Amino acid sequence: MSRADVLVPADWAEENLNSPGVVFVEVDEDTSAYDGGHIAGAVKLDWKTELQDSVIRDFVSKDKFEALLSAKGISNDDTVVLYGGNNNWFAAYAYWYFKLYGHDSVKLLDGGRKKWELDGRELSKDEVSRPATDYKAKDQDLSIRAFRDETIAAIGNKNLIDVRSPDEFSGKLLAPAHLPQEQSQRGGHIPTALNVPWSKAANEDGTFKSDDDLRKLYVDEAGLDTAKDTIAYCRIGERSSHTWFALHELLGEQNVKNYDGSWTEYGSLVGVPIEKGV
Amino acid sequence: MCGAPAQTPTLPPHVDITKETVIYGTVSLGDAPVPAAYVRLLDGTGEFTAEVVTSATGDYRFFAAPGEWTLSVLHKDGSVRKAVVALEPGLIEVPLTIS
Repeated sequence: MSRADVLVPADWAEENLNSPGVVFVEVDEDTSAYDGGHIAGAVKLDWKTELQDSVIRDFVSKDKFEALLSAKGISNDDTVVLYGGNNNWFAAYAYWYFKLYGHDSVKLLDGGRKKWELDGRELSKDEVSRPATDYKAKDQDLSIRAFRDETIAAIGNKNLIDVRSPDEFSGKLLAPAHLPQEQSQRGGHIPTALNVPWSKAANEDGTFKSDDDLRKLYVDEAGLDTAKDTIAYCRIGERSSHTWFALHELLGEQNVKNYDGSWTEYGSLVGVPIEKGV
Repeated sequence: MCGAPAQTPTLPPHVDITKETVIYGTVSLGDAPVPAAYVRLLDGTGEFTAEVVTSATGDYRFFAAPGEWTLSVLHKDGSVRKAVVALEPGLIEVPLTIS
């Protein structure tokens, strides 16, 4: 797999807005952003109400995912191009989610909404409607998803990458600084985790750094052991999806999992070890 | 959940400013507020901590902690960086003018 298989630049996107078989999908942390203007023809996915079960803390079931994509007019054969705000945090999360349910062709728009806007490219407020499809998902691919017990067992055995900001890693903050400081019961990080903030994988305009720069970041500077399996985590699994994308999709590292329970789960568990400080 | 709160001039009702260090303000160009500007909060080492997009009225807001911070703004019409020192929890207003 190469970078061109999983990532498209804004120029390519602009040239392919009306290409048959290409569906643009916007997923934002701020779920109202789409309504203020979106890439022409793009459909909206709401990560809170459509990608998360409203009762259980988990993804929607395979059946519900099939119904969701069918209603959005996305077919199994479509190439889905995901983009969103906050440097593609939730677009990367949705990318990982699509892979989890086995969608064949899915790509990220490099730089997401931010690059598109900084370029001064056009946004539309037109309502988008696509004919319904009969989407069929596969069973979840658990080779890319880590759960609590596997993460605890990974302490000292696998690469654990905490992709939150240094102040969250140290326990000074419990949440990203654009959110009120609430949620997990304890601050800190999983013992033996490396702190490689997701932001180090991106340029200031939200695009991903080059493969050479990414390898230097994770392997040379942070000390990622490429002979070992890797689990990435953040607070709820969206920033770690961004890092999972960099490691698994761009660098081609195998056996990389995203722990979507992340710190809101781990930091509230009874009795598990936690480290504070840097 | 992790959804971004609306970037409004008034705080959400549950925020306790005796515990939270809230850095907030308006991004402007000349006398006009700038919506859809990207405002980054960098920590004392210059590391990215968080980013928000300004509201229709140019407002931004961060829930940080006491310490030294830098605000960095990007917009298609300009940019600006500004240092902030937060000595204790409370409200810290930092107007930002891009050029």
